[in-house]
Amino acid sequence: MNQEHFEPRLIGFLCNWCSYTGADLAGTARMVYAPNIRIIRVMCTGRVDPQFVLKAFREGADGVLISGCHPGDCHYQEGNYKAMRRHKLLSKVLEQFGIEKERFRLEWVSASEGTKFQQVCNEFTEQIRGLGPLNLNGNKGEHHEQRQA
Amino acid sequence: MVNLTIDGKQVEVDEGSTILQAAKKAGARVPTLCFHPVIEPYAACRVCVVEVAFRGKNDLLTSCNTKAEEGMDVRTASERALRARRLNVEMLLARAPAAEPLREIAKELGIEKTRFPVKDPDEKCILCGLCVRACEQIVGACAISFIERGTDRHVSTPFGEESEACIGCTACAHFCPTGAITVEDKYGRKVIHDEMYLGPTTAIRVPTRQAVPMVPFIDKEACIHFKTGECKVCAKVCDRDAVNHEMEDTIQEIEAGSIIIASGFKTFDARRIPAYGYGRFPNIITAMEFERLVNASGPTGGKVLLANGEEPKAVGIIHCVGSRDENYHAYCSRVCCMYSLKFAHLLGEKTKATIYDFYIDMRCFGKGYEEFYHRLLKEGTKFVRGRVSEITTLALTEKEEGKLIIRVEDTLLGAVRRIAVDMAILAVGMEPSIDHNRLAKTFNISCSQDTFFLERHPKLAPVSSFSDGIFLAGTCQGPKDIPDTVAQAGAAAAEALALADLGKVELEPITAVIDDKLCSGCQICVGLCPFTAITYKKDEGHSEINDALCKGCGTCVAACPSGASYQKHFRDEQIFAEIEGIFLI
Repeated sequence: MNQEHFEPRLIGFLCNWCSYTGADLAGTARMVYAPNIRIIRVMCTGRVDPQFVLKAFREGADGVLISGCHPGDCHYQEGNYKAMRRHKLLSKVLEQFGIEKERFRLEWVSASEGTKFQQVCNEFTEQIRGLGPLNLNGNKGEHHEQRQA
Repeated sequence: MVNLTIDGKQVEVDEGSTILQAAKKAGARVPTLCFHPVIEPYAACRVCVVEVAFRGKNDLLTSCNTKAEEGMDVRTASERALRARRLNVEMLLARAPAAEPLREIAKELGIEKTRFPVKDPDEKCILCGLCVRACEQIVGACAISFIERGTDRHVSTPFGEESEACIGCTACAHFCPTGAITVEDKYGRKVIHDEMYLGPTTAIRVPTRQAVPMVPFIDKEACIHFKTGECKVCAKVCDRDAVNHEMEDTIQEIEAGSIIIASGFKTFDARRIPAYGYGRFPNIITAMEFERLVNASGPTGGKVLLANGEEPKAVGIIHCVGSRDENYHAYCSRVCCMYSLKFAHLLGEKTKATIYDFYIDMRCFGKGYEEFYHRLLKEGTKFVRGRVSEITTLALTEKEEGKLIIRVEDTLLGAVRRIAVDMAILAVGMEPSIDHNRLAKTFNISCSQDTFFLERHPKLAPVSSFSDGIFLAGTCQGPKDIPDTVAQAGAAAAEALALADLGKVELEPITAVIDDKLCSGCQICVGLCPFTAITYKKDEGHSEINDALCKGCGTCVAACPSGASYQKHFRDEQIFAEIEGIFLI
């Protein structure tokens, strides 16, 4: 793949109550942001199993975003704290796998922060664009071929 | 019960009552000076003397402190009693000829002039000691007493000096029957309480005459009882026994099916904009203070007056104080334009002042609002379009001397103007109430960017919060006027009732389930659950999730090391499939 035309492929795990609604707000408010992120809705960031992140990277994601309610604002009281703990630990594991920890990002975006979601997406996309493709196990090429087929 | 005769009339009174009480019941008038119903009688003035025939004796007794007894024959206006009373009054009159109530009693008794020499024609104190007893019994301060002897005897603080014991409650002046004690705020120590910041009031009061509920409350900070442990005069005079000083704040737990949050707003603190001089210069008042000032039950009886008691000649109303301002609140508070117009109208009605109205945009959005604006335009209010930059007292010309000068860019004129006024009214905007953040945490309500509570959907669910059974009404959700608030509150009540009427609760469709065949009983999930929905079944060796308690966050599912726990609709396989499929498109 041509480095200059590299479009990062990002997966975002967004919690239903804050970030998913925030993303929805960004949409309804017609804010323009990088189209690179694909969103998977979970009820709470506490549901994000480390396996999901690993799976996302394995399937060819160049970056994974977990975004939930601000600390203290969790709809389920403390799910976002669990996510924070898991993020810390998993970042270390990822580094040992040779995946830069910048590729795995945790953000707090509330339901009213459409602008923040826009900003996070743009920033993250640019950051990953700077890091380049992940190319884990050459998986990306595989998918690329699949898509063209 | 005690039976006695008052002026030939048979009366029955409670055991322990005084003759004065019995006389009052019988409808006989006995004059008193040193008597007050809440203070122990002392019989100092001896004006209440009556003739009592009892057990074969005929005595002159002071009615205020003599107990009524069975078979007493009391004559309140017998020749002997009146003669004694006249003499007592004449002697008092010689001591305190300027005491108005005493002179009235003298007039009633037909005394024109005292036969005794008058020492001081301006003296008012009759040395009854009611003030001393009030200070001791009611206030508990014991700050004043009689000092010196004989003709020099008078009431004062020890050595006639400023007393540390005096708490400045002014009870002595209040109880003095002749007005001999006056209050002077010489040391600025007196506790004077503000009624909505605009005038003195009492420690037990109804906040305003429009208060709901219309009941008095005790201001703990100001109440003498909470300072010295005495007083309780309000409890003594209340014949319904409604005053209770022992009442404490209690926390009540109420089980409710739905909750409507209507925590309202507070007004923007105008001190946060120093350039507007609120709190620094006199005659700069907020909208709430002006509202109190024009109120007929307010401190001035509805007159619009300056701090010096004069009527203002020019008044400026400044819109958008704290609203539509990037530095404070970006949002529009929605109500200020209309209440400012109302103020302009009231000012025109009550004063002859020139009225200036400084606005950014006139937002008269409601029914009949625009018409009201047009009415004001015809009434001669001077509208100046532009944001006020500052209010200052720094006069540049002689005309501006002693006035408030409002500096503003008139955007329609394209010029910076200085407008001298006597009074400035700041139309302060709305902010969430003081407890807003605590409420948000307690009820798990999100806040929108303007810090007001966030509704579930701006169009489809404007009164619901993100939690089922919790509804929002009024200004806690965003600035709105009374009609809008009433409409939203009605909607919230209907939604709450609809939920109650259903008689059943819908369970979360998305809950977590533990497959007991896979569960190893490690109990990691038990500690993670914020809703204590998971219990470990010791006998069966696995954990179980209570469907009614589980809210479906899935935290336990992500943590389960054996994959025994799964979340309905969000199974691991489902999410894996999503991840696999997400890059195919």
